[in-house]
Amino acid sequence: MFHIILFFFFGAICMAGAINLLVQSHPINSALSLITVMAALAGEYLLLGAEFVAAVQVIVYAGAVMVLFVITIMLLNAGKEEHTKGSRVAILIGVPGVLIAAVLVTWTLVSRGQTGSVAIGALPGSPQEIARLLFHEFLLPFEVTSVLILIAIMGAVVLASRPEAIAHHPAKADQPDSAPSKRKDAPQLVASGVGSGKER
Amino acid sequence: MDTIPVSYYLVLSGLLFTCGVLGFLIKRNIITIFMSIELMLNGVNLAFVAFAAQWHSLSGQIFVFFVMVVAAAEATVGLAIIIAVYRTRQTLNVDQVNLLKL
Repeated sequence: MFHIILFFFFGAICMAGAINLLVQSHPINSALSLITVMAALAGEYLLLGAEFVAAVQVIVYAGAVMVLFVITIMLLNAGKEEHTKGSRVAILIGVPGVLIAAVLVTWTLVSRGQTGSVAIGALPGSPQEIARLLFHEFLLPFEVTSVLILIAIMGAVVLASRPEAIAHHPAKADQPDSAPSKRKDAPQLVASGVGSGKER
Repeated sequence: MDTIPVSYYLVLSGLLFTCGVLGFLIKRNIITIFMSIELMLNGVNLAFVAFAAQWHSLSGQIFVFFVMVVAAAEATVGLAIIIAVYRTRQTLNVDQVNLLKL
């Protein structure tokens, strides 16, 4: 009984956040409701016994990824969205189709789904068990993801840097000629490389 | 018995995925569309964890971990692309972003 109350509590928060994401017209409101969805999903993971996944959900999704989203929204000063003719066609055709699909999936799962049932903590999803799997059977994929993240970091830096910053980069190649002489006199000037680049 | 059917979790997962698809269709702000994709990924993750609990196998949770890693990398690169798009066009409306190259 307690389990089902908690499930519906977190599920209701999830759905309210997801619908609020669709209804809000300002992106910052959508981002905050998405944080609500992710935090409530962490509660659902805990109910399923997945402690590690719940912790990672809060730290990585609700924490890191959503901070990235909010910072981007603030950086670009995103305002309210405006709808055009093409978006009305998408709403007219898309919304009924998606709703029909949702009703079909729900009906199929509820009426003839041959799934079992779960209790709280039925599966030990503790960090020890996850780590044992991750560092023995899934060691190679785990290491490959580190390469993936490294590539993503470099790609983000290259994509988000200003084009003129890349264009000016070859000009910095002749800077080391003058830099060592400066470094003896005033180290703090050379340390702020961005400031000296703007002066030139 | 303090158990609940796995299909409840799957229904919630399907509804979250549907909300994501709906947002992808009706939203015009490129950042909000990106957030809808994250919502879809979250719905799929819930299905993975529910099936892992049903079949008493931790592989589903490991897969969720990898999905999260890839989603984080995807968010990083995607937001960098959004910043680059905004620099060249001064808009976030996807209806005005119809050319790859200006």
